[in-house]
Parts: sequence; structure tokens; C-alpha cells
Amino acid sequence: MTFIGWVQIALFCAVIIAITRPLGGYLTALASGTRTFLSPVLGPVERGIYAMAGIRADAEQGWVGYASAMLVFKLLCFLAAYAMLRLQAGLPLNPMGQSALTPDLAYNTAVSFLTNTNWQSYGGESTMSNASQMVALTVQNFVSAAAGIAIAMAFVRGFARRSAATIGNFWVDLTRITLYGLLPICIVFTLFLVWQGVPQTLGAYVDATTLEGATQSIALGPVASQEAIKMLGTNGGGFFNANSAHPFENPTALVDYLQIISIFALGAALTNMFGRMVGNERQGWAIFAAMGVLFLAGVSVLYWSEAHANPLLTALGMDGSLGNMEGKELRFGIAQTALFSTVTTDASCGAVNAMIESFLPLGGMVPMINIMLGEIIFGGVGSGLYGFLLFAIVAVFVAGLMVGRTPEYLGKKIEAREIKMTMLAILCLPLVMLGFTAIAVVVDAGTSALSTSGPHGFSEALYAYVSAAGNNGSAFAGISANTPFWNTTLGIGMMVGRFFVIIPALAIAGAMARKKTVPASAGTFPTDGPMFVALAVGVILIVGGLTFFPALALGPIVEHFALAAGTVY
Amino acid sequence: MVSHFRPAFVMIVVMTIITGIAYPLAMTGIAGAIFPDQAAGSLISRGGKTVGSSLIGQNFTTPNYFHPRPSATTADPADASKTVPAPYNAANSSGSNLGPTSKALVDRVRDDVAKLRAENPNLPVPGDLVTSSASGLDPHISPQAAAFQIPQVAKARHLSEDAVAALVSANTEAPLLGLLGENRVNVLMLNLALDAASK
Repeated sequence: MTFIGWVQIALFCAVIIAITRPLGGYLTALASGTRTFLSPVLGPVERGIYAMAGIRADAEQGWVGYASAMLVFKLLCFLAAYAMLRLQAGLPLNPMGQSALTPDLAYNTAVSFLTNTNWQSYGGESTMSNASQMVALTVQNFVSAAAGIAIAMAFVRGFARRSAATIGNFWVDLTRITLYGLLPICIVFTLFLVWQGVPQTLGAYVDATTLEGATQSIALGPVASQEAIKMLGTNGGGFFNANSAHPFENPTALVDYLQIISIFALGAALTNMFGRMVGNERQGWAIFAAMGVLFLAGVSVLYWSEAHANPLLTALGMDGSLGNMEGKELRFGIAQTALFSTVTTDASCGAVNAMIESFLPLGGMVPMINIMLGEIIFGGVGSGLYGFLLFAIVAVFVAGLMVGRTPEYLGKKIEAREIKMTMLAILCLPLVMLGFTAIAVVVDAGTSALSTSGPHGFSEALYAYVSAAGNNGSAFAGISANTPFWNTTLGIGMMVGRFFVIIPALAIAGAMARKKTVPASAGTFPTDGPMFVALAVGVILIVGGLTFFPALALGPIVEHFALAAGTVY
Repeated sequence: MVSHFRPAFVMIVVMTIITGIAYPLAMTGIAGAIFPDQAAGSLISRGGKTVGSSLIGQNFTTPNYFHPRPSATTADPADASKTVPAPYNAANSSGSNLGPTSKALVDRVRDDVAKLRAENPNLPVPGDLVTSSASGLDPHISPQAAAFQIPQVAKARHLSEDAVAALVSANTEAPLLGLLGENRVNVLMLNLALDAASK
């Protein structure tokens, strides 16, 4: 670990804190439907979309209407993406003649992108046509991110309103977030990326003759436009197989740094939007602080772990001063690699600038734990906020039990139905993560995809389902998951992880909107101070963490001791 | 539920047109006009021939050139006719994905350390020269890894070690503003400079 490394991490924190308020204000304007500086240009486009779609922008939906609109939209997203991937061989913009995806791979990929997971059972440059990258994948990157933010907005409206029957209009939220929020930022970000060296072209791959006379086929494509939304929307699906480790996706340390910032940008800003919408920005900063504590813990452990070389390799005579460099790119250095890997798994992004599978055991455990906690450390855009608020409900419930009062959050009484819905959303994740892992490590169809045996092989299977159900998308990438068994079960995991959280969350939002607000009294547990932050972090670690401890003990923890003992597999 | 189909259908069509077609095509047009070299992949020509990209590493095996890090890329898995390992295959990026307790990793590094020790017994074997990168296309090596190779390249090229060392330091890039990134040497650019100096 170096001083400059820690300075990079500290500067990152400062930048995120600095952008949270302004961006939060902008998102609040999008949620409330007020004019923005882009309205003169985009207003006509927005109104044109509503006219074509037959949407009345002022007609709001209750939670059932909001949820069913989202589900119908997701169904059509699936059909559109699936059709594109199955038909790509015969469609234009396929200069390398990529063939159609198999049914199970097309299903897995379509589900993966519409749930904002971006798990990739394929390698981009050897599978996808340019048309598929643009029309199937980039589109889903935009709308799955926008849908996530929309649901967070609806959820927050539930707390912000009193005695209300509606929580917003899904179509309006989706349109405004995409047009005014994601698209303008991505246009600027894309041009920055190209300036730094990220390609943006529609031509075929280029054959170069190397200095030693061999032929090197260099994969190219419309990379920058996809890269921008991939990071900003916490999607994480790489244009290339190596994702943000590929020099064309991430050519410089500066690009790397901005990619890391863009992963957290909207998730952090949403905490401020929450505070503004419930009328007290301190409520947002309390959430920000709880997330920040968990982030700092993760990045510190990961940086410490990877700054050390693998002891089995230094014993062979390798100089270990660069740290654990297997599966890492030289230009980023260890500090930025640790920062990227922590941030991408705190948020449900899943882009990687290093191969997580090659981290030392405790280093590889950090991303796994980040996802297991429920993707609530800033989290995926939107999903991080509503995911965290579910834990906040549990936290005030626990506080209420301790003092024997009906729990309240933001003046709303938390009652039995809300707690049931919250626990449903929280418990479905360990169920699919651990349940599918248990199956996969005992059936041949599961184990045959693993690249190694022993605890590391177990970690590979566990990470896959944790990543899928957490809607993260990163992997212990040695796994050969492009098989019907893995594509199917991972696809189910992704859908459960997305919709079995969203639907209970929206049900809670609907119930909350309908409630009256209880005025704060001396007995009210304050949710904007350090006591709440500590309680929320404790609940997240105990509820989220302890569930997974036995599985972690079988995987990375055993491997840590195996490494110390010099055992190899 | 049924009433949602029209807005859902219009929305997916409009969003596809805006974010899936207009946005990437407009970006391709603008990027190609403002940053034509970068948009096309930062390709490098020498004598009218494309010899690679300044961002993508390439494989070097002869003692005339500085060598890059080990690469774990393979031939296209979909193309069974190509079964040989293909390091620095820029059409199929990949890391080794070998875990820290992998026997394959330990065996590979043991062999590579032995080979490098025979080439230069005087310096410690740099970590990046025996570990494969995440993309398999890392264009850089550390300054230590370049220094390690100077004696061998100088001997093969009949140049003085000082002359080669000067080329290395001319091709060493520092962190941006002393803060972001690492000290690094672009292997392809260094080898191009070597060729130019040897003529």
C-alpha cells in the first residue's frame, strides 16, 4: 500500500461527496416533473413520446398500476432483446459475420441486461454483432437503469406523501430519466472516452501485421457509446470479454478513475434526492454515511489484500513489490484496481478492471460480501436506494422492539404488513444464492462448468449465483457458464433477485403513501443521526452477513488457510 | 394490464430508436470527425502498413525485442480449427482466471521464473513479467521489467546497454499529475523506437 494509493481513494471520496448534492437536486427535479435547463430542447421530444404512447403525463398510478406497467414493459424488453440476439446473423451491422445466439444463451443474455445484471455467459467480441451491441444491449442498458431509478423515485414518493393513492407514473419517470438524465451525461462521457482512446466505429476488425510478422486481428466497434451507459447505469456488461480491463474499454488511468466515479455518481445522488423529497436532506446524508462506512471497510481490506504478492509465487523467486499482479493491468495500479473492484460490487455494476477470480482469497471475498449484503452500498442506480431503505425499515423495527414502541420511519408507522414485505424482499436473495449453489456443486451439470476443484471451485459457483441474484454481473470468470444448466438457473436467479425485491418494495411504497404522517415526538427514534447510521450498518451486517458466513467459510476462508499452508489444487 | 401494452410497445420502439440507433450513430459520426485516430482504434502504421494499435499489446518472442507480460488469450473458442494457444489475440480478450491456489498458476510461474533467471541472473524477476494481465492485451510493462530485459536486447541488437536504456527511459510514462496510474513502458512503442534506432 502506498501513500499515493490512499490519496487516490481519498480524492475519490471527496469527488463523490461533492457531486452528491448538485446531482441529487437535478434528480429531484426529474422526479417532481419540474422544468430543467434541457426542457427547451427535449420538452417537445418528451411530449411527442407521450402523445404516441397515449400517456397522460398528469395521470398517476397506484402501486399495482406502477408495478404492472413496469412488468409489461420488461416483458416486451425481453422479447425485443431475445429476438435481436436470435436473428443477428441475418441483420445489418454484422461485419464479422457473427452467428445467432443459442436459445439458452439469448434467454440468459436478454434477462441479464433487462434486470440490470449484465452477467455475460459469452465473450463480446467473439459473439455479438455491432447491431446487437447497439440495439439489444445498449438500449437495455439505458432502460433498465432508468427503470431502476424510476422505482426508487416511486418508493421515495411513498414516504414523502401522506394519504395519497398514487406513487407516480412509470412511463413518465422512465422517459424523463432517460431523456434528461442518462442520455445527456452519456453523450458528454462518450466523447471524453473517445478522446482518451476508446474506439467508436462501425467497421470490421482490423488486421495488423505485427513487428515480428504475425497477424493480429484487432476487434473494434461502437465501444465508447456503450461504455458510457454501462458505467453510469451500473449495468457493467462489457463490449469485450475482458470488460473494463480491456485497453479499448479502459485505455488510461484517468478513464479508469472516471469510470469508478460514474458507477457511484447516481447511486450517491439518489440518497440526496431521497432527503430532499422527504423534506430533510440530513435523512439522505445519514443513508450516505451508512453506505460510506461499508464502502471504506471494503476498499481498505481489498487494497490491503492485493498489495501483497501471492506467497506461493514469491517463494519461487518472483519479486513481489508490485503486489498480486496475476489478472491485473499494469496501467491502473493496485489502489485503483482495489477501488474499482470494491465500487463495482458495492454498486450492482459488475464491470471489472481486473479478474476477481485471481485475487488472493480474502481480496476475492470482499466483492462477494459486498454483493451478499444486498447491493445496498450506494448500489445499482435506484435499486441501491430502495434496497437500503428496506434495511432501514428493519433497523427502525429493531429499534422499536428495543424500546417497546410502534416503529416509525419518517413519520410513517411501520406495521406488520410492511415488515412481512420487507423480509420477503430481503430473504429471497439468500434463498436463490445459496439454494442454487447447493444444487450446482452436487450435480454434474453444475460442477462440469467449474475451472478448478477445491474451495476455489466452490467460490466460483457461489460467486456466480451471488452475482446473478444480486444483479451484479461480475464473475469468478474462469467458469464456463454458457451451458443450458447454468444459463437457465442463472437467468432464474437474476429475475428473482430483481422482481422479488421490486414488487414487495412497490407494495410497501403504496402502503406508505396511503398512511398519515405522525408528528415527531420525544419518543421518536431519530433517523438522521449517528445512532441510526450505526444501527443500520449493524442490521445490514447481521441480517445480510451472517446468512452467508457458512458459505464463505467453505470458500474463500478455507482457501485463505490453504494458501497459508501451501496447498494447491 | 392490457392497457399497458400500447405505452410499453411505443416506449420500447422509441427508446430503441433514440438510445440504440440515433445515439450510437451520432456518437460515431461526431467522434470520427473530432477524434478520427482514437475512434478508429489508435492504429499505428509503419511504411504504409498497419502494425498494431498503441493501446493493444502484441506478442514478441525474439531476443531482438522487449517482451510483454504473459497473455492468457486463446484462439476463438467458437472456431475449432484454431486450437493452438494464441497470446495477444486482440479478437478474444481474456485473463487466465487462475486462482491464488491454482497448481497451473504455480507451475507456469515456476517455469517462467527459471527462464528469466537464465536470461538475466543479476536482477530480481519482476512480478509483472511472470503474471498474465486481466485482458491478455496489456500494452505495458513496468520500468523494472524493461530494465531487466535491457542486457539481452542490447546484446541481440549489438547496441550499448546505455543506448537501449536511453530508449527505455524515453518511452517510460509517469502517472498523470503524479497521482493517477503507474510508471509504465509501452512495449510496442519501445520496440518501434528500437527498430528506428537500429536502422
